[in-house]
Amino acid sequence: MSNFQTNPVAFVREGMIPSAPPPYTAGGPIKWLRENLFATPANALLTIVAAYVIYLVLASTLPWVLNGVWTANSLAECREILNGTSGACLAVLTERWPQLLFGFKYPSDQYWRPALAFALLFVAVAPVLFFDLPRKLLTITALYPFVAFWLIWGGTILAPILALVGCVGGYLVYQRFVKGSFAIGFFGGIAAAFVIWMVGGALIPDGASENSILTAIPSRDLGGFMLNMMLGVTCVSLSIPIGIALALGRQSRLPLIKIICVVFIEFIRGVPLITLLFVANVMLAYFFPPNSSVDLFLRVVIMITMFSAAYIAEVIRGGLAALPTGQYEAANSLGLDYAQAMRLIILPQALKISIPGIVNVAVGLFKDTTLVSVISMFDLLGMIRGPILASTEWNGVYWELLGFAALLFFVVCYGISQYSQWLERRLATGHR
Amino acid sequence: MKKTVFLGALTVAGLAAGASAAATLDDVKARGKLNCGVTTGLVGFAAPDANGEWKGFDVGVCRAVAAAVFGDPTAVEFVPTTGKTRFTALASGEIDMLARNTTWTFSRDVDLKFEFVGVNYYDGQGFMVPKDLGVGSAKDLDGATVCIQTGTTTELNLADFFRANNISYEPVPIETNAEAQQQYLAGACDVYTTDASGLAATRATFEDPAAHVLLPEIVSKEPLGPLVRHGDNEWADVVRWSLNALIAAEEMGITSANVEELSAGTNNPEVNRILGTEGNLGEMLGLSADWAKNAIMAGGNYAELFEKNIGETTPIGLARGLNAQWTDGGLLYSPPFR
Repeated sequence: MSNFQTNPVAFVREGMIPSAPPPYTAGGPIKWLRENLFATPANALLTIVAAYVIYLVLASTLPWVLNGVWTANSLAECREILNGTSGACLAVLTERWPQLLFGFKYPSDQYWRPALAFALLFVAVAPVLFFDLPRKLLTITALYPFVAFWLIWGGTILAPILALVGCVGGYLVYQRFVKGSFAIGFFGGIAAAFVIWMVGGALIPDGASENSILTAIPSRDLGGFMLNMMLGVTCVSLSIPIGIALALGRQSRLPLIKIICVVFIEFIRGVPLITLLFVANVMLAYFFPPNSSVDLFLRVVIMITMFSAAYIAEVIRGGLAALPTGQYEAANSLGLDYAQAMRLIILPQALKISIPGIVNVAVGLFKDTTLVSVISMFDLLGMIRGPILASTEWNGVYWELLGFAALLFFVVCYGISQYSQWLERRLATGHR
Repeated sequence: MKKTVFLGALTVAGLAAGASAAATLDDVKARGKLNCGVTTGLVGFAAPDANGEWKGFDVGVCRAVAAAVFGDPTAVEFVPTTGKTRFTALASGEIDMLARNTTWTFSRDVDLKFEFVGVNYYDGQGFMVPKDLGVGSAKDLDGATVCIQTGTTTELNLADFFRANNISYEPVPIETNAEAQQQYLAGACDVYTTDASGLAATRATFEDPAAHVLLPEIVSKEPLGPLVRHGDNEWADVVRWSLNALIAAEEMGITSANVEELSAGTNNPEVNRILGTEGNLGEMLGLSADWAKNAIMAGGNYAELFEKNIGETTPIGLARGLNAQWTDGGLLYSPPFR
């Protein structure tokens, strides 16, 4: 045995080996690359082709943008500065920046008004979009349309105040009678609001707009991306409630309501938006006396709202149809009446199902607002195609301007899309 | 069928309502502003500049009429119209006059019930080719590919011209002028054809305008002029003679620079009659005696307007051509002021 003791062992490990990093192929970016980009030969090939295409695109656009000229007074001057090298003439954006955003007729010393209205928009929509915020903030949302109207159009402050008073009056009447019957409350509220507007409208003196704090600006002077935003926000927010009403009306058991809703939806959906816009611009002028025409902006808002309401109604009808009959029966068995059943049981579920569809319509609608350029309103695209490209200085600058317009629209639409995905995750209360 | 009749009746009623609103001059005076329909933007003819001021050749006509009526060239509300909305805007009374490079044709004059009061620009369809093609005449274009805007009269004119000269061509249909520019520059077609003024404006935006030439042939007549509604001859007279005053002013040598001086009285009786120091032409129109003087001071006479907006010193660089005075071999010919 002593042999074993005297014959020393060559090496005995006395401590733990410090843990070594995994092989470089089994972790970190290389693992990610292998798993995601080069998993199979076909994948690897696609990756290489895609990378090459991206390189080609960037290689041709990046130098063009980075070499861009930001200060020049005309396309010819741009070309002189570039002196034969390839580069974007971005000077058109700097020179016409206010026109692209606000149109060419909005007085330049008043730009702060729509800018402020735009900033307030975020405050106003926040409580609607993110329902974790305190509910009291909804007061701001309710006041916002009147404030924004006054900021953008200016004129006498009495007009938005009157509109607000009418709405509050209608709401109070609704509150008072809705316990008895929904119909009485609803129509009574509308009637009360109209009475207030009529009486108040007669009381406002004629020249009230002339010496107001904010100068009055007619709708014809609105333009640029501001017009797109205004049309988009107004029409989407108006068309969702109207669309809900139409969808419910279409499911109604009362034949008259059902027929009206079906005819409205099918008719509006069967007509191109551009036709409706032409009707708003051209035909309506024939039906009003020459001097008392309804504001063009209002006419366009009505037409676009009708159009998107019909689409949203169909999307929501899809949501309603997707609910199992058991939900309706459950609501009835609890003894809820129609309005309660809809408000508490049916619509919350149906609307949740409809979110992707509604967002789809909203994004499409926002982009469709550029169609107003064909009826000679100067929205962002109208400004580009009309005044800017027709000026002697900038005729021929296409890529820069249209790329800029695309960028603006992309930012807004991508934002809407991201919000809706967040909303879907937030509302996923788990039926799966 | 019944619906059609109903809609038709409504339209007629609407037109009648528009037409019966005569005495446009009184309406304009009461409003204090002239509502003038212009294009949403055409290089040199009408476009707002960086400050939102409308500038251009057609705009100059609007300003001259406003100056004749009010003595103030800024008393104009410019109503931008598209090719599709311009006629309804005028018929419905939304605008008082339309100065929007509109071709005077029989059916527009007679069937649409408008009144063309004159011609402020004689245009015509032309051809543009790259210089290195070595073509000197449109008749050498046998077998050429031609970029042409679809659905326009230019398309029909082109077919007529090539048939009459017994040569063939290959049309490349395109939708807008912007698209045409890109297609032509990319070499998708040998020739681009549209109105000559449009060709000149397009060529002016090219990197190297000198590499392209306009062929001498003009294959159609496109007299562009301001128009008003049928049935109000007094108003039509105001617009017609405001335009004529600009043309006559050039002929008589009245410019915005010397109009003040000449209106003190000259030895030329016609100049005196135009400027209101003799006779009562203004009164006959229902305007002040110095109406034409104001119209000329607004933007200058015809030649000054032309040179400032579309003439050879501008990037568009149009020659006077047919738009020279009759004394210089052009077509401008104002009836006498008497």
